[in-house]
Amino acid sequence: MFQDIGEILLLLGRTLRALPHTLRQQRKVCDQLFEIGNASLLMACVLSLFIGGVLALQTGPTLAERGLQSFIGQLVGLAVCRELAPVMMAVLIAGRIGSAMAAEIGSMRVYQEIDALRTMNINPVHYLVLPRLIAISIGLPVLVLFAILVGWMGGAIVSCFNEAIAVSFESYFNSLRQGIEPLDVVNGLLKSFAFAVVIGVVSCHQGLSTIGGPRGIGRSVTKAVVNSIVLILLLDYFLTRILMHLHT
Amino acid sequence: MNAPAPQGIGLQVRDLCKSYNGHAVLNHLTFDVPAGEIFVLMGPSGSGKTVLLKHLIGLESPDAGEILVAGQPVSDPGVMTRYRVAMVFQSGALLNSLTVGENVGLYLSEHRLKPPADIARVVAEKLELLGLKGTTDKTPAELSGGMKKRVAIARALVVEPQLIFYDEPTSELDPLIAVTIGREILNLNRRLQVTSIVVTHDRDLAFGIADRVALLHEGEILALGSPDDVQANPNPLVQRFLKADFRFTPEPALP
Repeated sequence: MFQDIGEILLLLGRTLRALPHTLRQQRKVCDQLFEIGNASLLMACVLSLFIGGVLALQTGPTLAERGLQSFIGQLVGLAVCRELAPVMMAVLIAGRIGSAMAAEIGSMRVYQEIDALRTMNINPVHYLVLPRLIAISIGLPVLVLFAILVGWMGGAIVSCFNEAIAVSFESYFNSLRQGIEPLDVVNGLLKSFAFAVVIGVVSCHQGLSTIGGPRGIGRSVTKAVVNSIVLILLLDYFLTRILMHLHT
Repeated sequence: MNAPAPQGIGLQVRDLCKSYNGHAVLNHLTFDVPAGEIFVLMGPSGSGKTVLLKHLIGLESPDAGEILVAGQPVSDPGVMTRYRVAMVFQSGALLNSLTVGENVGLYLSEHRLKPPADIARVVAEKLELLGLKGTTDKTPAELSGGMKKRVAIARALVVEPQLIFYDEPTSELDPLIAVTIGREILNLNRRLQVTSIVVTHDRDLAFGIADRVALLHEGEILALGSPDDVQANPNPLVQRFLKADFRFTPEPALP
């Protein structure tokens, strides 16, 4: 485990040192960004719509019983932008994009494509890891921004049409406007950026350390997704503590 | 690209050892490959040929001993930038996400050695040389095993190598294409004095193109010399490998 952590940090360091080469890899960054958006945007929207809706459904009636239904916009808004959208989108991206990264790089390793790159004096970190890490670090925060907006909308729809809550759109968005500061959204985006780096570097590391044929690729994919999700949840706690501390 | 630019570089192997889980795969190997030579490494499966090749190209590190490319350790990262070294992998190792043309031109485009139009011209030239005209926009998945291998050779040629390694260049190929590839290895060597190290099981290829042959067995060199010397080697293991054929030998009848 400690060896894995060391290798992941080493890979992150090498990738950061390769940042000046980003312009040379811009086409690959764009391809990866398209891949992330194309594969995940629709699913991210559907997921966030229902997350916002379920949150309103679970909390709305209790708030309404106590005459606090006017705060529903604030509650859904904060929960979605600070916590649910960044974490849920990161889990989604770990499953969809992180697994694809580990599988693609893993199969390149198994079928000697990475050895072929090395013999052509092409650094696999520059060629494979850098564009993926940059693309996911841009793509996930953008996806989270969409998810926040759609999640708020999901909460609004349920709050408006559910008879047990019955809050108008206007009242919902007034509450949301009063309770949410731009900094709350920035918090969510900062978290999502950190999660993106974790997913990118963990998945690429798993891919690069794949051994043993198709079974090895399967093992790498599983490890990439599981390790990413565990690290996202651990990091989420510590980032929340740090950001709350900075807020006050 | 048209001028005969590359001149081969020599390679020396000194007392090379490698073990995996306590099992010695390479056992104190020592040999020289002079510049411009075609050196063929033969041996049965599991004799350590591919492991040796991976060490020669710097993809693996030895437990002991050293490999010198043009007099400098292969472990020195500068060696691969100072000298042009290429390898043709047994599987081809083409990048499946790229087209044939992009694969062949990858070295030039990644190192920005030529403008895109020149790269396209060089790629077309190399593909035509290997009988692959019209495959530029295909993906590796659309090619047969033999075509993939020829694309891999084209990709290696684009580097204008001074030292080129071939891992089983004729495996999975029909005899006609195998002969074409053997001729291409020979032509390249004779035209540009490229040092070529070929790992193969194929006796016809080995004795057809080699300046010198080394026969590897359980990580040790059993025989090393010109094709005639190796064929005349009296060691029974050498003769068994060289003379193995498909003829049916009946079991002696029971009394």
